[in-house]
Amino acid sequence: MTNYRIQGSTGEWEVVIGLEVHAQVTSNAKLFSSASTAFGAEPNTQVSLIDAAMPGMLPVPNRECIRQAVRTGMAVEAQINRWSRFDRKNYFYADLPQGYQISQLYHPLVGEGQLTIDTDEKAGIPQDKRIGIERIHVEQDAGKLMHDQHPTMSYVDLNRSGVALMEIVSRPDMTSPAEAGAYVRKLRAILRYVGSCDGNMEEGSMRADVNVSVRRPGEPLGTRTETKNVNSVRFVMQAIEHEARRQVEVIEDGGQVVQETRLFDPGTGTTRSMRSKEDAHDYRYFPDPDLLPLELDDAFLDECRASLPELPDTKRRRYTEELGLTPYNARELTAEVETFARFETLLRRTAERLGKSERDVATQVANWALSIAPGVINAAGPDADPAHATADAQAEILSLQAAGEISGGQAKEIFEIVLKTGRAAAEIAETEGLKQLSDTGAIAAAVDQVLAANPDKVAEYRGGKDKLFGFFVGQTMKALKGQGNPAVVNELLRDRLDQNA
Amino acid sequence: MMADLTDLGVKAIRDGVASGDFTAREVAEAFNAAVAGAAALNSFIVTTPDRALQAAEAVDADRSAGKPLGRLAGVPIGMKDLFCTDGVQTTAASHILEGFIPRYESTVSRKLWEAGCGMLGKLNLDQFAMGSSNETSYFGNVTSPWRKADGANTGMSPGGSSGGSSAAVAARIAPAATGTDTGGSIRQPAAFTGICGIKPTYGRCSRWGVVAFASSLDQAGPMARSVEDCALMLEAMAGFDPKDATSLDLPVPDWSAALDADLRGKKVGIPREYRMDGTDAEILEQWERGKQWLRDAGAEIVDISLPHTKYALPAYYIIAPAEASSNLARYDGVRYGLRDLPERGGLQDMYAQTRAAGFGDEVKRRVLIGTYVLSAGFYDAYYTQAQKVRALVARDFEQAWTQCDVILAPTTPTASFPLGSLSDDPLTMYLNDVFAVPASLAGLPAMSVPSGLNGEGLPLGLQLIGRPLGEQGVLNAALAIEQRAKFAARPDRWW
Repeated sequence: MTNYRIQGSTGEWEVVIGLEVHAQVTSNAKLFSSASTAFGAEPNTQVSLIDAAMPGMLPVPNRECIRQAVRTGMAVEAQINRWSRFDRKNYFYADLPQGYQISQLYHPLVGEGQLTIDTDEKAGIPQDKRIGIERIHVEQDAGKLMHDQHPTMSYVDLNRSGVALMEIVSRPDMTSPAEAGAYVRKLRAILRYVGSCDGNMEEGSMRADVNVSVRRPGEPLGTRTETKNVNSVRFVMQAIEHEARRQVEVIEDGGQVVQETRLFDPGTGTTRSMRSKEDAHDYRYFPDPDLLPLELDDAFLDECRASLPELPDTKRRRYTEELGLTPYNARELTAEVETFARFETLLRRTAERLGKSERDVATQVANWALSIAPGVINAAGPDADPAHATADAQAEILSLQAAGEISGGQAKEIFEIVLKTGRAAAEIAETEGLKQLSDTGAIAAAVDQVLAANPDKVAEYRGGKDKLFGFFVGQTMKALKGQGNPAVVNELLRDRLDQNA
Repeated sequence: MMADLTDLGVKAIRDGVASGDFTAREVAEAFNAAVAGAAALNSFIVTTPDRALQAAEAVDADRSAGKPLGRLAGVPIGMKDLFCTDGVQTTAASHILEGFIPRYESTVSRKLWEAGCGMLGKLNLDQFAMGSSNETSYFGNVTSPWRKADGANTGMSPGGSSGGSSAAVAARIAPAATGTDTGGSIRQPAAFTGICGIKPTYGRCSRWGVVAFASSLDQAGPMARSVEDCALMLEAMAGFDPKDATSLDLPVPDWSAALDADLRGKKVGIPREYRMDGTDAEILEQWERGKQWLRDAGAEIVDISLPHTKYALPAYYIIAPAEASSNLARYDGVRYGLRDLPERGGLQDMYAQTRAAGFGDEVKRRVLIGTYVLSAGFYDAYYTQAQKVRALVARDFEQAWTQCDVILAPTTPTASFPLGSLSDDPLTMYLNDVFAVPASLAGLPAMSVPSGLNGEGLPLGLQLIGRPLGEQGVLNAALAIEQRAKFAARPDRWW
């Protein structure tokens, strides 16, 4: 349990949070029309007759949108309803051409499910926590009003009109802004793993309605408010913090929280009232008579299940248990699709080059992918071209290092040159002199020189002062201008020093 | 050249054009002239003589070139103005869509043009197909070509909502027309004007491009002067359309080729609940005559019960307005059609003014009813309850099919009525659909076929209701009646 509490003037308050996340389904066409869904097109260029609700136009469900929602449901271990139905949600607005949104109120496509948010002590999540998912349904997005194009009129862009959304409704299982943030991040990761939503919150592909109420610990649920259309993890957390504090103040001042819809202002991090329950629309939901109920057969469900990728929690477990990575590395590597995809490619290539198992090289590759490579890329400056950082180029560097031909430091230097020039790592190592010296003769000569120059230290070492070994290594490496293979240097030093013991 | 090409029906025109007895252009010219001469009926909102001629010329050219002709090549028809027609104003007889010119063609009309039909014009109707008298059109009522025999020249209703279609076909200014039937809008006007009209099984004809009234009930169908002509038209109109999610993915039978009036071995059900108070005695007489004709054709007559019949009309007047209230929300002044934006007004003002000015009283009445029955707190009492009734009505029919193959009933409780006589009495007007609505709720094929004239010289119709996908049985029984009723009366030309 989180111990997040609001400290009011009359004592402590608990916060209860539920989220309705709207996620745009990744598909080329809209939910009920064949118009394109690409982001950023000129206004009203991706609008079919159906999306514009021309007279006599009819919706036909897009199978791919349904498939993606079902796969998403499966990814959150949810019940998939073989029989579901579309309902009309009726209201007038200029961005809603039909005068109704086709949604699913009574019989959603996906029922109860859950996801796990991960331990994050720093954020106040002391252990993994399951968050219930009540339902997922599919529905149409509305268009967009533009108020800045004309002094007295608003313009309407219908490009988004009819785009498929999944509404993913959580249980009110979260009790701190951090948990809500972790939930959104985890959900986003799952959607991106599954490929059912690109999770791009800036482009509006994912946004959340945030339900918040407060109560004294142990008491029944308080009255909730719903803050609409919050479009980043940070804003979700801010909205909760502000809204919870506001509610506490209202109650402590002797007032009552009003059940209402609120808007989040990202500029100030505050929420303000949009409409109260009394002015709430009567949406007059009823089954859409243009559409037959949606019935899913075994073949469809089997295909959905078979096409699911390895999901974040499973992958993370595999990284620690099978690859032997630290929990921290496993979590970092599995957080984003791009990260694990890059890691797994690099891991495979490196293991192949070295003829070793993935487990044998996993830790080296993980450290490289998580900290070393990003560090080099960040420091490389403007002439670096990230396109040069191919999996092959990096695998080559890692293989050279693992084979002892280059040192860790040399690996970084070589990678920097790769980034700037696109040259091959082995060739760089050769021509730039960035190779470790593994030639026993040369190293032995250096060792002998160091021992000869420090007879007193040799005597002390042989007298039992083991710690001096590091001194000899340092001197030898210095003599070799840092290019000696440490393993060979160690071996020869130990050999010589212990010889006459 | 034959004197009266306009007396010919669909099949006669098609065969005559195919065999070279006359050209398609001659036919089109004859009907164009008849249409132009019948403005007093007000059956067309827009006439398109050029379209009729173009289509005819294309058919004639194909014939000259020895190319295969479409199944309805050379037949000019009237198109109910509920079907969107590319480049031709489509209004649903409303002010709110006045001037709206679609850039797309409804599936049903496209199929007819592909079959070789030409368009005489867009036919008048009750506004958004809401009405049973054709008096709710923004473009003025249609007047039936029929008059009572009393010499008083009272203007009579052609029925509705497909009243422009029924009047045009009865007046022989079109050999056939399209109609749509939500709760009797093909069958009742057909009965009122002494012609045939069939509403097929829900899902046979695509609704794509048809201005929606009540989506779960709307079905297109043909209106013509013979059973065979209806079959030929329906063959061209029906068929699976992937653009309509409720379209039936089934092949279209060759109904016209399989027409057969020999009903031996068939059972005809007579639903006892259709013997309602207020039904015209002459209609009951026609019904009796109909039974005799079908018996004569070899059928066995059986009494059946459809116990929930009396709840069908109230359920219909909840479900249809509920769907309509939502379907008509798109007429908001934002994207097309009428926009009435008051000085300094905002979005809400624009909605209110546009819809107040753009919809007629009957449309407003149904939008209000529909909004009410879907409202929070009323939904279960009205909409949910009506859906249960609908299921019971459908079950009544399912049980009936264990006892009979086709059902015979009156199409309407009365013959046509004088224009204006019911326009202030919506409930009596709604009762006109009492026999038509059950088949609509159950999605069944149903047809009206003329059976005779009443004592006032007005046509009466009999209705045949079939099993799901049982159009052939309906058409065959209708053919048996047609052959025996020998309905040959036609309205005297007064227009």
